[in-house]
Amino acid sequence: MISTATARRIAGDVRSGKRTAREVVEESLARIEKYDGEIHAFVHVCSDEALARADGIDAAVARGETDGLLLGVPVAVKDNICTRNIPTTAASRILENYRPPYDAHVIERLLGEGAVIVGKTNQDEFGMGSTSQYTVYEATRNPWNSGRVPGGSSGGSAAAVAAGMVPIALGTDTGGSIRQPAAFCGVTGLKPTYGRVSRYGLIAFASSLDQIGPITADAPDAALALRVIAGRDERDSTSADKKVPAYDGKPVSGGSIEGLKIGLPLEYFPDNLDGEVAAAVRLGVSGLEKLGASVVEVSLPHTRYAIAAYYIIAPAEASSNLARYDGVHYGRRAESHDVRSLYVRSRSEGFGPEVQRRIMLGTFALSSGYYDAYYLKAQKVRTLVRRDFEKAFERCDLIVSPVAPGSAFPLGKWLDDPIRMYLGDVFTVPASLAGCPAVSVPCGMTGDGLPIGMQVIGPEFREGLVLGAAAAYQKATDHPAGIPSEIRKIESRSGANN
Amino acid sequence: MELEKLLERCEPVIGLEIHVQLRTETKMFCGCANRFGAPPNSLTCPVCLGLPGALPVINRRSFELGVRAALALHGNIQNDTGFDRKNYFYPDQPKNYQISQYELPLALGGYVEIENDSDAAKKIRLMRMHLEEDAGKNIHDPDSNSTLVDLNRAGTPLLEIVSEPDIRSPGDAVLYARSLREILRYAEVSDCDMEKGNFRADTNISVRPRGSGELGTRTEIKNLNSFAHLRACLEFEIKRQAEILESGGQVLQETLQFDPVTGRTSSMRSKEEAHDYRYFPEPDLLPVFISEDRVGEIRGSLPELPGPKRRRYVEDYGLSEYVAGVLTADRESAALFESAIARGGEPKRMANWIANEVAGQMNDRGLAWDECPMTPKMIVELEELIADGTITRKVGRGLFPEIFGTGKPPSDIVREKGLAGGADLSEIGRILDRMIEEKPKLVADYKAGRKKAVNAFIGPVMRKTRGKADAGEVVRLLEGKLGAPDEGKS
Ligand SMILES: [Zn+2]
Repeated sequence: MISTATARRIAGDVRSGKRTAREVVEESLARIEKYDGEIHAFVHVCSDEALARADGIDAAVARGETDGLLLGVPVAVKDNICTRNIPTTAASRILENYRPPYDAHVIERLLGEGAVIVGKTNQDEFGMGSTSQYTVYEATRNPWNSGRVPGGSSGGSAAAVAAGMVPIALGTDTGGSIRQPAAFCGVTGLKPTYGRVSRYGLIAFASSLDQIGPITADAPDAALALRVIAGRDERDSTSADKKVPAYDGKPVSGGSIEGLKIGLPLEYFPDNLDGEVAAAVRLGVSGLEKLGASVVEVSLPHTRYAIAAYYIIAPAEASSNLARYDGVHYGRRAESHDVRSLYVRSRSEGFGPEVQRRIMLGTFALSSGYYDAYYLKAQKVRTLVRRDFEKAFERCDLIVSPVAPGSAFPLGKWLDDPIRMYLGDVFTVPASLAGCPAVSVPCGMTGDGLPIGMQVIGPEFREGLVLGAAAAYQKATDHPAGIPSEIRKIESRSGANN
Repeated sequence: MELEKLLERCEPVIGLEIHVQLRTETKMFCGCANRFGAPPNSLTCPVCLGLPGALPVINRRSFELGVRAALALHGNIQNDTGFDRKNYFYPDQPKNYQISQYELPLALGGYVEIENDSDAAKKIRLMRMHLEEDAGKNIHDPDSNSTLVDLNRAGTPLLEIVSEPDIRSPGDAVLYARSLREILRYAEVSDCDMEKGNFRADTNISVRPRGSGELGTRTEIKNLNSFAHLRACLEFEIKRQAEILESGGQVLQETLQFDPVTGRTSSMRSKEEAHDYRYFPEPDLLPVFISEDRVGEIRGSLPELPGPKRRRYVEDYGLSEYVAGVLTADRESAALFESAIARGGEPKRMANWIANEVAGQMNDRGLAWDECPMTPKMIVELEELIADGTITRKVGRGLFPEIFGTGKPPSDIVREKGLAGGADLSEIGRILDRMIEEKPKLVADYKAGRKKAVNAFIGPVMRKTRGKADAGEVVRLLEGKLGAPDEGKS
């Protein structure tokens, strides 16, 4: 039977000598070994490096060096975050076998606090998708139902945490890529304020939207992870020069959320919202009310334009960001005799269909004659969406909404209907455009046993408040209930075999 | 058809886009050294290699050097500027986009003054100046018959200076480029070494009938890396376009390349094939604000520029326009002149030494001014040796190549060669005394005012002193001994 130790607990145990880092890491690797054949959360597991590092940490602890906030904590990292000498491919064929010569800023921070990287997790190629099926690797399965998607694009990270393989996984969120898979997998996922975490070493999808954030079993662990990775980095001009509070994941004002004003945006509860999702989120809201929060209705009137604006801005930036993958300098190079066909073949063979679709969308949106009508207009919408949030936060402290219009859907569904797929981002994209922090917290289950997520959005740089409310809620409830069914099945099979 | 003939009927309208590499320690968006000539790809990092996940950070120094350059060119510095991405695929550009300034350039306006022989000083107006990163270099490798890419240059800060189409002849285009280069070297923003690619020109040109107010269709010629190529390509292009127009044809709007070997231009791409650069604001960088105060500080730190300097030399030192022009044509020559004066050298004498002898030697030896071996001390000392009569001016000039070539102090050379005392008056006096005693006929001729007689005295003195004597001194001594000859006879 698996025990789901939190990162806080692990770091405390390793610090006090109750457990060694090697024991912790071996346990994590054993679970990956046991479950990942079915879940496919990882695209690369670095057992040898992880164990060597665990031994190093144990030796340091023996010398009395016990400082790290994440001492001995196994961490999984999404495959679009650069890890030195460890394969980093963004789940794309065009970067097959690519090993970066440097660590991303967040990796430096994790290692600096004693964390142990155990492997790289699956995703939609370059972060483009919400199912983790647009990958050059095997599609990741939802630990609650292997016939369902885990969400995406950080599906591997969410599944790895849900399955108890690691207590912390890093994901990245451009339009919902941390929050939606966290909701689908029944774990906690935080997209920090744009600029809170350095993007140095994050393989760019859409630079003005991308943020790295933690996916964890609960909000206090997300707070701990954020404390480690947040803060100014000179190598990312867009990283904010703002002090990082010692996020502890404790609810605000002395252990309660008494007096907090929760805003419910009308636009996020449309008539066609899945009934089970609507009910679970409303139940979550009344849970917050029971803890002393009050509820007000707010309006985010430009929500309906957000998806369209996002699907102009993100592909536009992506079309430029992905231009560097051309077969000339690194990554996959196609056979060819001249430079033009080298470009065309390397990119046609190297990029999957969704990435190619978005490159074409973005290229078109930036083209001369269309720029004003598309890109510039989308930027104007973005400003309006940001103002919506500013105005709403004059009336409330936090905004609560569903994360996604439904729960995890079957593998293969809507793969041939990109527009339908894009509309699934309707509740996560606005906070991305506005730059606000937002967390996805489990708030119930469907009748089919699939997790449902509730989104808590805060004003810029108020991650402490967002995570505090999430932590208070989680303390008072017990979502999601128990161990994911696929993991239970694997465990009972192996128990029967023993 | 002769160019001169054509130019009587046709008027070329020319604009220049000059790319200047700024002299910074490090590249524009990363910490790699900005240096020429290192082994290929040795000056690179994840940022300038365009590796996945790397991000640019603006080098403040490159930004400020850009401001400095723009101020030296009388540009209007924009307080709010920003960077954009210019998207196009090329192997020497690792990201396949160039970080440049499009919407909000560093400076607008400005001008460069040129003076040609026929017109009065003319202002060539500037349209804009903006910062951007340089690309790497593609190198063809004949051994493997493949193209290799060296990214040492990738990310070098560039200032692009775009002129208005104010230039009306190839000669003026070269004058403009030269003046611009001179100013930028003075402002110490770039070495502007054309062989190292510090200073590169693109040009655009159209031709129209004289008197016409309308602009013709223009062509653009890329990558002209010497003044001679700039001139030759414009001359070729004027003839080509004029002949097309005069035979009733139409010039195609296209981008051309110039082949210096054949002296001809050829098409690179037509208007239809022109790139759509899909500019958009660079999301990895924040907008840049530069305050008026900071602009004022940078303006205050600019040295005196060549134009004002030249005028000052003429007014304060009474130098001719020509000499003042030679001295100010390069920052180093002006510096040599000014430090020679600071060491007590007489301005006109110093100016003549530098503009004639030093410049001549430099020219003969093919040296650039920053390679000049002459120190101000050497020039001042040489002039002192002449002024105090140790040597004659003629001897001084004769010694000049050796002083220049060896770099030895002039007094040492004079001593080593035993030239000191060349104007030893007592020796000349003794020679003259003997001649007066031995040649009464000559004395009589002299007294009668025959000019030949004077020369008959000078000649033997020169021979006996092995040329060290100064003819003027000989005449003066002779007058002392025999009195001035009668005027007006020959
Ligand atoms: Zn570099």
